Amino acid sequence: MPLDAQTVRKVAKLACLKIPEARLAPLAEELSGILAWIEQLDEVDVTGVEPMTSAVAIRLPMREDVVTEGGDAAAILANAPARHDGFFSVPKVVE
Amino acid sequence: MSDMTPPTIEGATGPWEVVLGLEVHAQVASRAKLFSGAAVGFGGAPNSQVSLVDAAMPGMLPVINRRCVEQAVITGLGLNAKINLWSRFDRKNYFYPDLPQGYQISQYKDPIVGEGVLEVERDDGSLFSVRIERLHLEQDAGKSIHDIDPDHTLVDLNRAGTALMEIVSYPDMRSSEEAAAYVRKLRSILRYLGTCDGDLEKGNLRADVNVSVRRPGEPYGTRCEIKNVNSYRYIQQAIEFEARRQIAILEDGGTIDQETRLFDPSKGETRSMRSKEEAQDYRYFPDPDLLPLELDPDWVEAIRAALPELPDAKRARFVSQYGLTAYDAGVLAADRARADFFETAAAGRDAKLVANWVTNELAAGLTRDGLEIEASPVSAVDIADLVRLIEEGVISSKIAREVFEHMWAGEGAPSAIVEARGLRQVSDVGALEALIEALIAANPGQAAAVRAKPQAVGWFVGQVMRETGGKANPGAVNQILRAKLGVEDPAG
Repeated sequence: MPLDAQTVRKVAKLACLKIPEARLAPLAEELSGILAWIEQLDEVDVTGVEPMTSAVAIRLPMREDVVTEGGDAAAILANAPARHDGFFSVPKVVE
Repeated sequence: MSDMTPPTIEGATGPWEVVLGLEVHAQVASRAKLFSGAAVGFGGAPNSQVSLVDAAMPGMLPVINRRCVEQAVITGLGLNAKINLWSRFDRKNYFYPDLPQGYQISQYKDPIVGEGVLEVERDDGSLFSVRIERLHLEQDAGKSIHDIDPDHTLVDLNRAGTALMEIVSYPDMRSSEEAAAYVRKLRSILRYLGTCDGDLEKGNLRADVNVSVRRPGEPYGTRCEIKNVNSYRYIQQAIEFEARRQIAILEDGGTIDQETRLFDPSKGETRSMRSKEEAQDYRYFPDPDLLPLELDPDWVEAIRAALPELPDAKRARFVSQYGLTAYDAGVLAADRARADFFETAAAGRDAKLVANWVTNELAAGLTRDGLEIEASPVSAVDIADLVRLIEEGVISSKIAREVFEHMWAGEGAPSAIVEARGLRQVSDVGALEALIEALIAANPGQAAAVRAKPQAVGWFVGQVMRETGGKANPGAVNQILRAKLGVEDPAG
């Protein structure tokens, strides 16, 4: 499934990546190559084989409904570039 | 899914039918979050209820809260829905400052609960069904605050990662009243089950409303989704506005763009939220951090066996067991606390009389003082005691209302109030006879009038009541008066 430059532009926008216009066509070619490489798997006949969800046969582990974390706003905010009275402060988001 | 002809809105060129489907987000009642051990709660200091998982620190892994899974299963069973023993979590990808992961963990193709159905009552008492398409578990986002700092958006992650149940209906509603009735019914069931507190004001229950219009009998029109409406009144206003807006566009020969809209309560209108070129593409894919959620069928059956009696069943029982009207039974059964209050008070008493007191005086007092029934100053035992006094003829219904006001004011048990305030009904025939004889002797004109026209006896009844401060037993008074004046009871 070859990608065109238009699709690459859209995917980049959705991923919040800024790609210079001149890079779109080369990227489309590189990504198409990767997809074509993976699509070789289509040659394998998987009729009747259930999709694999895990490499190990274990069930989803669960936690009990007990409060074990929190109460440390300072740690949560430690790496924040900007703070304001215990909140993260970020560039204005206009609704 | 109406049993009746669906209602229509009259446009300039003829009638239109409104088609409504709802996505209700219900916050799961749990102590900790869906995938972390941070506390769930409202009103905490900013970022004080946040784990490193909720803050999406690198390397943190989600571990699912068993109670949240159980709550979703309980809710599914309460909605008469299919429980999927195999479900899976997916990532819904988008960027927003209050979503630190850059994706919401949700369930896309394989939700924990499948199709169900809800019986809902309209205001006029008629019933309609709303089919449930699915219920899935997902994380809530944090909270963005735009009005503290004029130049920045502030973010509080306390809500981030809280478990939500998204309950999606089929487009089975045909009026804003039906949509509101559906949300009320859903809320009633969630509160019965204890799986969501249903607090609309705190946003613990909020609805996205899908609205489209069509000519009766035609296929569905293009729909618009109105996001995050959190009161019954706003749900109705938003639908009314949006239906009118769509009808006006179509009647002008235009077409409806499928889009997400916001309801502005101050203006009573909806407006476009996102422009089309920014149409969302969430790129869902299975979350590689989480294995599929597999449920043990025995566990699900054990939960089913332990389900509480739900509003529909309780209402039917109130009618059959206590002889209540369907209306009173519905009012009492809609809220679990109210139903429990009624049953406590009705034990061994005249249940219809108890129902009247709970749905009239008590309900009026609670509404007036803005109280929930759990905080009622008059207890169920007090109501039972009051009704017993009426049954035993100690007080009349009229005096009982006065006693009730004193109970409401915190003056104690009804029997104590009756004694302390001397409100005991006068059933002493001798005392009443003496009083009545004196009245007849003092008012010969009135006595003659009654002999000519027995209905005029009311004047004497009024006098006796005035003399006794309303405490005379009305039955006894009537009987004595008729005997003394020699008139037949017109009713007898």
